[in-house]
Amino acid sequence: MFAKSFIVALSLTLGLVTLAHATPKIQHWQAPSGAQVYFVENHDLPMLDVSVDFPAGSGFDQAEKSGLAGLTRSLLVLGSEGLGEDEISRGLADIGAQMGGNFDADRSGVSLRTLSSKAERDAGLKIISSILQHPLFPQGVLEREKTRLIAALKEEETKPESIAAKAFNKAVFGDHPYGMPSSGEIASVEKLQRSDLQSFYTTHYGAKAAVVALMGDVSRAEAEAIAQNLTAQLPAGGASNVIPPVARPAKASMLRVPHPATQSHILVGAPGVARNDPDYFTLYVGNYILGGGGFVSRLMNEVREKRGLAYSVYSYFIPMQQAGAFQIGLQTRKDQADDALKLVNKILHDFIAQGVTEKELQAAKQNIINGFPLRIDSNKKILDYLGAIGFYHLPLTYLDDFPGKVSKVTVADIRDAFKRKINSDALATVVVGAPDAADKMDNAAGADK
Amino acid sequence: MQKWLVKYVMLWVFFIPGLVNAASLEKSVFEKTLGNGLKVIVKEDHRAPVLVQQIWYHVGSMDEITGTTGIAHVLEHMMFKGTKSVPPGEFSRRIAAAGGRENAFTSYDYTAYFQQLHKDKLELAMKLESDRMHNLVLSDAEFAKEIQVVMEERRMRTDDEPHALLSEQLMAMAYQEHPYHHPIIGWMNDLKTLTAADARNWYQRWYTPNNATLVVAGDVKASEVFALAQRYYGKIPSRALPSRKNYIEPKQLGSKRFIVKAPAELPLLVMAYQAPTLRDPQKDTIPYALEVLGGVLDGNQSARLNKTLVREKQVASNVGAGYDSTARGPSLFTIEGTPSAGVSVAALEAALREQIAILVRDGISPEELARVKAQVTANEVYKLDSVFYQAMQLGQMESIGLKHQDIPVMLEKIQAVTAQQVQDVARDFLKDDNLIVGVLDPQALTGKPKRNTGGDTHVR
Repeated sequence: MFAKSFIVALSLTLGLVTLAHATPKIQHWQAPSGAQVYFVENHDLPMLDVSVDFPAGSGFDQAEKSGLAGLTRSLLVLGSEGLGEDEISRGLADIGAQMGGNFDADRSGVSLRTLSSKAERDAGLKIISSILQHPLFPQGVLEREKTRLIAALKEEETKPESIAAKAFNKAVFGDHPYGMPSSGEIASVEKLQRSDLQSFYTTHYGAKAAVVALMGDVSRAEAEAIAQNLTAQLPAGGASNVIPPVARPAKASMLRVPHPATQSHILVGAPGVARNDPDYFTLYVGNYILGGGGFVSRLMNEVREKRGLAYSVYSYFIPMQQAGAFQIGLQTRKDQADDALKLVNKILHDFIAQGVTEKELQAAKQNIINGFPLRIDSNKKILDYLGAIGFYHLPLTYLDDFPGKVSKVTVADIRDAFKRKINSDALATVVVGAPDAADKMDNAAGADK
Repeated sequence: MQKWLVKYVMLWVFFIPGLVNAASLEKSVFEKTLGNGLKVIVKEDHRAPVLVQQIWYHVGSMDEITGTTGIAHVLEHMMFKGTKSVPPGEFSRRIAAAGGRENAFTSYDYTAYFQQLHKDKLELAMKLESDRMHNLVLSDAEFAKEIQVVMEERRMRTDDEPHALLSEQLMAMAYQEHPYHHPIIGWMNDLKTLTAADARNWYQRWYTPNNATLVVAGDVKASEVFALAQRYYGKIPSRALPSRKNYIEPKQLGSKRFIVKAPAELPLLVMAYQAPTLRDPQKDTIPYALEVLGGVLDGNQSARLNKTLVREKQVASNVGAGYDSTARGPSLFTIEGTPSAGVSVAALEAALREQIAILVRDGISPEELARVKAQVTANEVYKLDSVFYQAMQLGQMESIGLKHQDIPVMLEKIQAVTAQQVQDVARDFLKDDNLIVGVLDPQALTGKPKRNTGGDTHVR
């Protein structure tokens, strides 16, 4: 009976694949400035979303200047030629515009959401045009923001989830740039100077490296003009946009950190997968079964549903320019942390060794493929896809191809890809608020299997 | 306007980052009440082939009594544990197989469940959701496991989160009679003593069609939604609801102060003023003026508090203000801040009080007023980009005793607020007799006393 219902569901699934022509029509060109532009024209709502991204994330920091990329991004929106920080925030608020933007290890950018009526749109674009192309990095603002950042970094050093995340990245990536904290270290931030920011900006925010995404209520001609106006006066650029490859750890590591919290925060993982890796879709589908699929994942089922050990337990891949983290996380009462960790390790080891069942794979495909329309049901979501497609040089047919790529994944593919990518003998484990860590704060490499 | 810690008033059945508040233009909204009292509201939005179903039960943690706090939220968790015909976990499996996303949340005022799906999957969602409205199986064994999950949730969200502890204590200090006194998630000791019988009792009392609103939004036709709703929900018998108490918090007789000690680096100061909520959207004026006041203080990075205290005087590293005009019970107008390194909490409090005094004395500028209104107007357009949040606002309004038809009225009234009204509410509500002051007093992680020199020490 189950088998039959799966066949029915699968044919529905295929029905949806042909329906996938409902994906937005992406227009792509290079602006005269050299920037790559991705545009979806849509007049359903009187609004426009724009983002401009650069390969200028924290992965481009030097260790001794860790935090420079983040601080450059923060200061970018706090003063430009002719616009003080208050004029920027007020100017945007006066027209109801919202500014945001990406910042992670690969990417740094600014985004704008505005009404598309001409007066509002022009005013909003004028402000971000100035921010992107003529930032001043005012000395007084820099001093203040450094002080605020250092306060925030000190606060993070007291929070178990932040301590765990920082230690985990270090354990997984070592000295690779992905191992550095994205906001920097207190000691390195203290030393950053205005000239550092100016220099980072000049070399990392060049037009040829820029990706402009536009979604919404403008014409192609208007989009062309906007993209050019936002990038024509960008600095020379020229810094490498390549992050070095990630070396995979050869052996397991275990870090236990004391903390007075009532729960232990547990992270387990390894370097995972790059955005352009052919294994990406296979690992994505496999991870849905392991710990990505909400209530129906193995981790959720075993750790939470069967045993009540945690409220939140998950696994995910963070696909980056190079292999970003594969991470499992949970929080549980201290006295049962060791048991929970053993269970998680067993689930992961079994998963890597034995892979998934055909039934699990079908269920995963049903969710991912049938749920595909939910991924592109708003301007905001489409803008995010445009930015990622541009930044990671994904094909323009990425969204059209998505359901088909997922449907092709096999049980054998998943077992093979996990075995190649995740070495279960070389996992990094971090436990903050460890039950017995109060008197031994060690960094003992090795075995907890 | 919506970012202060006390605004994190909803508990989700599992963790979803980054949910925001919502309000929307009332186009293509249809409603019908079934014979059993279930109100069905449909918002048609044909931009994408998706839909959301939300069922809102008009019962939240404020309907609990001492000793069984947390039961509204525990029941929310138990709603995923199976019915007479759908085994535990099967609800989620079927929604997942249909490509859906689901979750649930509990607040002081209501409890809601939702599924987001392709437009063809409404019938499946209705079949499952209507089934657990009246056929839930609450077994002792499932309860025993799930209460452990909820205790982990409390540890994660509250016990190990100093700002959440401050927020919890603030509510307990602000409300002596009103049940907002108790945290939504419940006190830990109550969680330890709750039983499956408590959950069954709660379900029997409150989970009935005449105590719920069904909202469906997305690429649907209202007539088809009504027909399906009649088919799946229409047959569920209604039950008489218990009478609800009308809580009126006794007037505060003077300012109150409290301290929360917890492991942290930075202190946090919160000043909360007792404030009313909207009762008559047509006639009330005060809640609208308080909303605008929140925007004047904290509606953008150059709004008064951030501009003056973070950017200019640099006495704070973060500040915020917040007020929510819509709730079943009363509200608080809150102002919060983290002092800069080397600045005492007392100095920050004095600086915040000075800002209030200036506001009361000089009022606000026409530019400040216009700015807040422009943001409200633009946000109404932006909200149309999310079917989910549009549905959310419709359900929220119906669940707190207002009507979805009040939404456009409220938008008009906000636009009609005058600078004088804002100055008046600042004077009338931001005064000491209304005030509760809470301070997070950071403790070293080791348990040893912390050097209180403005933050040059870090203890690992």
